[in-house]
Amino acid sequence: MNSSAALAWFARHEFRLMRREWLAMMTAGRRARLVGVVAGFVFVAVIMHLLAYAVVGRIGDIDTAPAKTTLILVTASIVLAWALVLSQAIESVTRVFYTRADLDLVMSSPFAMSTVVSVRMSSVAVTMIALALVMVLPFVDVLAIGGGPRWFVAYGVTVAGGLSATAMALFVTVALFRIFGPRRTRFVAQIVSAVVGAGFVISLQIGAVLSYGTMSRYALLLSDSAASNLPGPDSALWWPARAMLGDGAALFALLAAGLVLLGVAMMVCAPVFGGNVVSVSGTAAVSGRANDEPFRLCTPRQALRRKELLLLRRDPWLLSQTLMQFLYLGPPALMMWRTFGNGSGTAMLLAPVIVMAAGQLAGGVAWLSISGEDAPDLIATTPLLPSHVIRAKIEVVLMVIGVTLVPLLVPMAVASPSAALAAGLGAAIAAVTATSIQLWFRAQARRSQFRRRHNSSRIATFAEAFSSIGWAAAVALVFVAPIVAAVTAVMAMLVLALTWAISPRRT
Amino acid sequence: MDQRAPASSQNKTSASGSALELRGLTKRFDRPVVDRLDLSIKRGEFYALLGPNGAGKTTTLRMVAGLLKPDAGSISVLGIDALRDPVAAKQIIAWVSDEPMLYEKLTPMEYLEFVGGLWGVDPARSEKSARALLASLGMEPHLHDRCEGFSKGMRQKVTLAGALLHDPQLIILDEPLTGLDAVSARHVKNLLRERVALGRTVIMTTHILEVAERMADRIGVIASGRLVAEGTLDELRQQIGEGDGSLEDLFVALVGGDMVAA
Repeated sequence: MNSSAALAWFARHEFRLMRREWLAMMTAGRRARLVGVVAGFVFVAVIMHLLAYAVVGRIGDIDTAPAKTTLILVTASIVLAWALVLSQAIESVTRVFYTRADLDLVMSSPFAMSTVVSVRMSSVAVTMIALALVMVLPFVDVLAIGGGPRWFVAYGVTVAGGLSATAMALFVTVALFRIFGPRRTRFVAQIVSAVVGAGFVISLQIGAVLSYGTMSRYALLLSDSAASNLPGPDSALWWPARAMLGDGAALFALLAAGLVLLGVAMMVCAPVFGGNVVSVSGTAAVSGRANDEPFRLCTPRQALRRKELLLLRRDPWLLSQTLMQFLYLGPPALMMWRTFGNGSGTAMLLAPVIVMAAGQLAGGVAWLSISGEDAPDLIATTPLLPSHVIRAKIEVVLMVIGVTLVPLLVPMAVASPSAALAAGLGAAIAAVTATSIQLWFRAQARRSQFRRRHNSSRIATFAEAFSSIGWAAAVALVFVAPIVAAVTAVMAMLVLALTWAISPRRT
Repeated sequence: MDQRAPASSQNKTSASGSALELRGLTKRFDRPVVDRLDLSIKRGEFYALLGPNGAGKTTTLRMVAGLLKPDAGSISVLGIDALRDPVAAKQIIAWVSDEPMLYEKLTPMEYLEFVGGLWGVDPARSEKSARALLASLGMEPHLHDRCEGFSKGMRQKVTLAGALLHDPQLIILDEPLTGLDAVSARHVKNLLRERVALGRTVIMTTHILEVAERMADRIGVIASGRLVAEGTLDELRQQIGEGDGSLEDLFVALVGGDMVAA
């Protein structure tokens, strides 16, 4: 087999695996669910198109020679989407090294490592482009309905964005390997990925909070200072926006740049990546630390709690996966700090964010503690009642939530005791709810499968999200519309009751 | 509240002569995997449970260890009804599977401290035993290394040390020598012999017939979920009528048909 035939053969193999993995993820390995998945997709597509209509429904006939503020807004939207895709691409590229799967088999075959890396990177690029297309599809469709087919060129911009984001992710990951080495890269890459994903929105919000005292990202984008400091409409900076608005030449330039960038990234990075993959496989030999502390007296439940907390502390990658949502608390916290002492309005604004974060965090930690057990046989053969084991694990979840939220709730209580009380109560309920759902739908898995925890039950995933949103909404409304808040809380409880009713029965 | 075995249950153990009694034990998945199995193992005995793949060995042992619930039958561990009082039974049982399950981010000493905490072993005694067990298995240089870098054999040794930490009366091992090198396997065999010499009972499945031949006091052969032969090596030879046949010859004679079918 010559090199191009080998490349094509390996690419076919990769894409077959990708397709099957995606199908398995969507159907949780049950083909019978395919019809339901398709129906779900149609439903989500309709909802997304309605949402897109609400956002961009009236701007489809926008001028092809737009004003500078339009260029700024369109560019900001493109950068936001690109940052999200780049964030995903960094994670995907890093995962190639750490999810060994068949890598040992491939590495021991007579295939050139550069071929393997090139194909794997191409598959990352295809995935990222598909992800970006799914993201923009409802908006482009709505714009095309309102403003004609010229809007379809936006798909081209999306493809160019996917290509350039993957290229950038390759450079970033190689740089991280160089700087931090194979043992720390996965953890650092995850932080970089989260910061990149959320960073653009957060920095716009922080800029708005500091400059205009509002959390609206549009405040900064539509400001006079932005218009006067940014270059004129002819600048290359606006090419993506121009391409998005139907400029064919700009689109061609973007696509060409994206392809060239990815090509260069692959040429430069593929040989380096081969070495990185090998070095990651060598990190298995972990040296330990000297620790001659005597064994401590404890009850079995204390032993379980200590073990869970120690494992969380030792695995910052897992913990950071769940803590990343707290990044979004940065701007509201900053806003609260800025307005500290002059009213409780901001504290009330922060309360639902805390409740939402508590629910999501509890869901993640509860999965790690309850389902993500690496030695299930050991736990099952201990002389403890299963209820005691579960209770110890739930205690760990609530401890983690408490330790994370108390530093936020204490200053909040100083600014607005009632908002802090509502946030604290809401957070506790959201955490207990999310933990209960994880308990009802627990399915044994290794902790390293954290990223795939949603595959075990779509119902649990959606129930967890809906109940967190429900409790956050109830807390948000409790001071302005108490009756609506009560109705929202009842709905959240109904979601929980329904989830319990359809959860698997356990004997 | 102490969540472990009550003292009365512990006392009952000394009154019983057999370490393990299975009566009519049955487990079905899509077919009967363990089929009305009767088995009796004496205290202080080294018992090897043999059988072809899918014969029901692991399912039987998982039911004894409390990892699976039988569909029918009874399990008595040193006089304790393991189905009625599983907590008391688990207090005196150890379970080691062929697939070592450890916490990657813990060191062997931390793992053993955790296990000691679960079984309520006195910390000073637990630490002393942990060091002795790990040393006897050749793990002394790795006491404070995290398990994530360990080979399968090293993990198996740590799991075994954890299983023996609370000085169990009944040690259940499912293919414990899988993945171990010759020296490590020798360490494990020595450790098990010592336990038997101290009056503990060992029940082990293995596909390495030589190990069963050399170590076991009695051998049980299971096929299609039922015990097809049992006894010392000489008794098995007499049952089959193979005067000086090896265990391998006897095994093939007993379950050869099942293996072809499997």
